[in-house]
Amino acid sequence: MKRTHLQTLSLRDRRRKLVNIFMQVLLFLAAVLAIFPLLNVFLYVFKQGAPSLNASFFTHLPAAVGEAGGGMANALLGSLTLIFLASAVGVPIGIATGVYLSEYNYGKLPRFLRFTTDLMTSVPSIIVGMFVYAVVVIPMHGFSAYAGGIALAIIMAPFVARTTEEMLKLVPDHIREAGLALGISRWKVIVRIVLKGSLGGVLTGVMLAVARVSGETAPLLFTAFNNKYWARGLNQPTASLPVQIYTYAISPYEDWHHQAWAGALMLVVLVFVLNVFVRLIFVRKGTSV
Amino acid sequence: MPQILTCEPLLTQSQLDRHEQRRFKSMMPVSAHHPIQSSTLNTIIGDGASHPELPSTRSIRNKRRDRHRSDRIFFWTLRGVSWLMIGVLVAMVAELAHVSWPAFHKFGFRFFTSRAWDPVNEIFGGLPFIYGTIVSSLLALLFSAPISIGVALFLTEIAPAGVSKVVGFLAEMLAAIPSVVYGLWGIFVLAPFLREKIQPGLGHHLGFLPLFQGPPYGVGMLAAGVILAIMITPTITTICREVFRAVPLGQREAALALGATRWESIRMGVLSSSRSGILGGIILGLGRALGETMAVTMVIGNRPDISASLFAPAQTMASAIANEYAEASSSEHVAALTALGLALFLVSLVINAIARFLVWRINPLRKRRGRP
Amino acid sequence: MSISPNLVLDARAVNAWFGTMHAVRDVSLEVPVQNVVALIGPSGCGKSTFIRCLNRLHEEVPTARVGGHVFLEGEDIYDTDVDPVVVRRKIGMVFQKANPFPAMSIYENVASGQRLAGITKRALLDETVEKCLRQAVLWDEVKDKLKSPGTSLSGGQQQRLCIARALAVNPPVLLMDEPTSALDPISTAKIEELVMNLKKDVTIVIVTHNMQQAARISDRTAFFLLGERVEYGVTTQIFTNPHDSRTEQYITGRFG
Repeated sequence: MKRTHLQTLSLRDRRRKLVNIFMQVLLFLAAVLAIFPLLNVFLYVFKQGAPSLNASFFTHLPAAVGEAGGGMANALLGSLTLIFLASAVGVPIGIATGVYLSEYNYGKLPRFLRFTTDLMTSVPSIIVGMFVYAVVVIPMHGFSAYAGGIALAIIMAPFVARTTEEMLKLVPDHIREAGLALGISRWKVIVRIVLKGSLGGVLTGVMLAVARVSGETAPLLFTAFNNKYWARGLNQPTASLPVQIYTYAISPYEDWHHQAWAGALMLVVLVFVLNVFVRLIFVRKGTSV
Repeated sequence: MPQILTCEPLLTQSQLDRHEQRRFKSMMPVSAHHPIQSSTLNTIIGDGASHPELPSTRSIRNKRRDRHRSDRIFFWTLRGVSWLMIGVLVAMVAELAHVSWPAFHKFGFRFFTSRAWDPVNEIFGGLPFIYGTIVSSLLALLFSAPISIGVALFLTEIAPAGVSKVVGFLAEMLAAIPSVVYGLWGIFVLAPFLREKIQPGLGHHLGFLPLFQGPPYGVGMLAAGVILAIMITPTITTICREVFRAVPLGQREAALALGATRWESIRMGVLSSSRSGILGGIILGLGRALGETMAVTMVIGNRPDISASLFAPAQTMASAIANEYAEASSSEHVAALTALGLALFLVSLVINAIARFLVWRINPLRKRRGRP
Repeated sequence: MSISPNLVLDARAVNAWFGTMHAVRDVSLEVPVQNVVALIGPSGCGKSTFIRCLNRLHEEVPTARVGGHVFLEGEDIYDTDVDPVVVRRKIGMVFQKANPFPAMSIYENVASGQRLAGITKRALLDETVEKCLRQAVLWDEVKDKLKSPGTSLSGGQQQRLCIARALAVNPPVLLMDEPTSALDPISTAKIEELVMNLKKDVTIVIVTHNMQQAARISDRTAFFLLGERVEYGVTTQIFTNPHDSRTEQYITGRFG
């Protein structure tokens, strides 16, 4: 059948068609290449970590150097302690800042503050560790859970502030106006109406901050340091899961390597569960990293 | 809602009234300066949202004063706490500068140009670490930028909605994995892979380039670059996705209507108008790479050397601090490490500020919502 | 309805779906050469969807489907061997919201179609750019600032820029989807005038919300309602003596 005008493709058009297909395949490959490491990491963490997740992992203290067995019980408790301390300090400060940025947003000050808060979220975490070492560890003459908690709080607070502000800004203005028009004082409007209404979103931000901070290692290296045993108080060096994983990973002992994978599995599961949970219960507008 | 004022007023009633009148007058619109009934002054609604100190009603004295004060306490508490954040930032810079001053004082600018790092003899030159930081970060950008842009384009332009959501979620999960887990994976999976599969091949075929010479350890600059690339990909991808999504549909349609292929419509309609946003995303990724500590420390080999080869072990500023700070013996050693930290901190601040400025500029909507 | 022997575009029994929603039902339209055909009707009645079937833009929407035939100068654009890219080069389109490429200068915008076709010779491009800008009655206003970005123009100018850009690839047919609905009356008048001058070179199919506009500039008018073509004929006949009662009701403003 004779080819019509529309059906004939010039050489150039044919080339363009090929380029089109080629580029789209390339984009698809980019996606595959980006996802592949994630899947690989998951795979290895599960494969290597699951066998070592036994009862003694959760209940025993680390064994002596070179000896088999033992667990990461103190590191697990230590991590919980540190997260708790960090949240106790970082979350209120973060929420307060977020409320301020959202509700009193006029003038140059909030803009500067917002910019600074954003910058604070990207401070290298090891620098935070150095700072807390100088202002907490040295005066206290030793590593402590307090120091670790403060370091983590400094990392948490800007993050919580940013997400809180974002969530509060989703509340439409006319709700605030309605509250004020009823004669309710401004702070009550903010706390009882606006904050309460976006509590889910704010808690989401807190959960994400906890997920992020639970895996932080660098700031703990010279603040909470590490401890082979249970910490006898909050003013003692405290073991934590990420630091323990690091210590074991760079050691030459194979048994410790297995335990490091097990610890990594715990971290990955925790982080994954928190992220999925957050996305399921609260569909956010806009994403954040 | 109405509260009874139970505590003693700090000022006399007449003092309060005069005070109120002065503040009140300056904030209310002109028409309300007229001494009218309090009910009209109740309609502060709109202004209530923009002036924190404005009393919400004049009808009951105690009520107003109470609200007035509690509102102000609330406001100033919030403000004080928020300033704490700026205070910490300033304190960090100040403290780091203070501790590191001896190092700068002793070595001056040579601190950044000298290669000698000898804690025993207390000679400190930071060049190997600076080199390591820059090269590993640039390597990471080189690997990650094209892939991140590609993924973002794939997600916004080509993938069907369901696939886009799943793959997008996975890409974000990449960001959630802790650095130490990446490091662990790097030591036991990536480094052996590089050592056994990649580096011998590269050395064999491209060994004439100084980039690929030297024994294949597995750990080293290349491993650090790859791991950093994996870690900064979600950052760049997320920014690029938002940038591409902000391009109105009409751009793509305009290109298609001219007879462009799908790819050409993406190139003309989306990519060409997203340049500064993409650049912002890349710079943000750079900022992230500069500060990354644990994963890099675990795979870079930790040898303060400058080598042209990507196979060679190296060290970054962050990994040097992680390795040596806890056991730093002398105060000069501490000062030198802190000097590295300060430099890293300042550079990271500047880079992040530039990146956020670039991204804010092209997407004012995000600025209004207070996001980077 | 008289059929001109020289049809540049001949749509036959076109159907279009968005998923399960049947947006265009069995619509036929014969577009004679050197005519301006207006499509009128209340919003959401399928006019824009139909016009996007004429240059195969509708199928770019996910879940979209098209049925029927559209003959461009005798050839079916929906033939299985036909690449939509080629079709769209021959049928230009101007959209409701002007969409010049923001990262390109005025010159580059107009030249973009030609560049896609592989023409890079400067002299040729210069010539085409000037010719099309003149056709779009924009040349005098921009000839000194061809390098400034496309978005630096006013709304009406941007739309004329888009018209020039569409004309640059020399299509026999130009589709216009409510091109003046977002513009002020003066810009609208300018564009209406250029459409009337353009028709001797390019056949135009224009979707419009504005009945008076249709009455002013078109030779033939088709009235659409709920995805169907209710009536199609010479403009004067449609507006003075509509055959269908629904047409008459719309024209007299009984609904809109």
